[in-house]
Amino acid sequence: MDLNVTWQKKPQAGMIDKPGTAIEFKTGSWRGFRPVWNSKKCIQCVLCAVYCPENTIPVKEGKRVETDLDFCKGCGRCAAICPVKAIKMKPEGEFKK
Amino acid sequence: MRVAITGAQAAANAMRQINPDVVPVYPISPQTAIAETFAQFVADGIVDSELIRVESEHSAMSAAVGASAAGARVMTATAANGLALMIEIVNIASGLRLPIVMNITNRSIGGPINIHCDHSDAMMARDLGWIQLFCEDNQEVYDYNFIAMRLSEHPDVLLPTMVNQDGFITSHTVENVELLDDKAVKKFVGEYKPKNPLLDIRKPVTAGSFSLPYSYFETKRQEADALDRAKVVYPKICEELGKITGRKYGYLERYMLDDAEVAIIVMNSTAGTAKAVVDMMRQRGKKVGLLKPIMFRPFPYAEIREALGKIGRIAVLDRAESLGANAPLFSEIQNAMFNSGHKPSIQSYIFGLGGREILEEDIEKVFSNLLSGRVGIEKRYIRCNGEEF
Repeated sequence: MDLNVTWQKKPQAGMIDKPGTAIEFKTGSWRGFRPVWNSKKCIQCVLCAVYCPENTIPVKEGKRVETDLDFCKGCGRCAAICPVKAIKMKPEGEFKK
Repeated sequence: MRVAITGAQAAANAMRQINPDVVPVYPISPQTAIAETFAQFVADGIVDSELIRVESEHSAMSAAVGASAAGARVMTATAANGLALMIEIVNIASGLRLPIVMNITNRSIGGPINIHCDHSDAMMARDLGWIQLFCEDNQEVYDYNFIAMRLSEHPDVLLPTMVNQDGFITSHTVENVELLDDKAVKKFVGEYKPKNPLLDIRKPVTAGSFSLPYSYFETKRQEADALDRAKVVYPKICEELGKITGRKYGYLERYMLDDAEVAIIVMNSTAGTAKAVVDMMRQRGKKVGLLKPIMFRPFPYAEIREALGKIGRIAVLDRAESLGANAPLFSEIQNAMFNSGHKPSIQSYIFGLGGREILEEDIEKVFSNLLSGRVGIEKRYIRCNGEEF
């Protein structure tokens, strides 16, 4: 998305005129806390994937894999629902050092 | 065909002939007369509009937005507190550039609660990106509905329009109205071809998505531009309807203005009363005139300035207060005349709030004040107990 496009050239009324463009909008940059998944503790119940409101926890062949940090907003629902505490929310700042 | 109908029936008949796809509407005095007349047309099978009986005005405008975004031609109507209740979505309708036409029977929004005429409802909505037209009588209500539809749906514009008439005074008064043939209306308004309808599955679009600080500003700039364009295409549409009806339409009406020494500016039905006073005073040799603005948004500054020419003393009669500030119409007239090169004295009058009557003698008094130079900078109140004007 070109943020510098002039008002004359922007789609009218902010209309999105093609489908599937949300993939270009990396909402992961909003995140304050990052879910850190401990795969050894994980029992693969996939409740985290079911509860993720942004659908950022991919499930492959019945098993969850790493969270897609491009789109995870860090809401922490995965950590809250995890029955074995295999997900910890850590401040994003810790990863930027 | 000439028929005797009320202003509300004039609006409903215009809606019948436009035959919009969807009409979501909720009753409120004095607008109910429009909704019930149109509902009768639906019940009788005269129109094939989808009439949605919603549970509130907020829902009425929400349904209007949904239907219009889907690609339907949409009309509705409301007044006063109904407009206040729907106002959140009123702004969204214009923000999403949806060409909805809404008839307003102007009524005070209170409190205290009052169901009678003033312009506080329309003035509340004056900066929300809607085109606003103000009608003097039943015929104008009828005619301007067609102009509104064409103007709203014009590809250069795509904005909603409010067609205003005075609650009860116009909406419930029977007058002769010249109705056009159904075919003539159908031809004039044409078929609506929506630009990006949500229901077009071959070209999927998203309307009303989140607009963050990096994109919102430009959409408002586009909206301001669309209102400027509305001013450009409006006279052409007016002229086109004029060719069919033989009547004149425009930004404003001049009445005995060309050689006038003083002038009154007033909108809607009171302009009719003022015309009678102008006639009476002209017979006595007084050079008085009237300017009736019809288009209030976008405001025709240059046209008003041109129409007022070198008139030295002007009174602006507002049927709405702008509490704590100059009255709405007066403010715009002052703005228009600031660059006029001469400095007319402009007196602000407030009248008719909550349906308070205004009589010929009141307007005559205003003209007399202008003629004798009684023009000041303070607001004056006509027929408000305890006030001299």
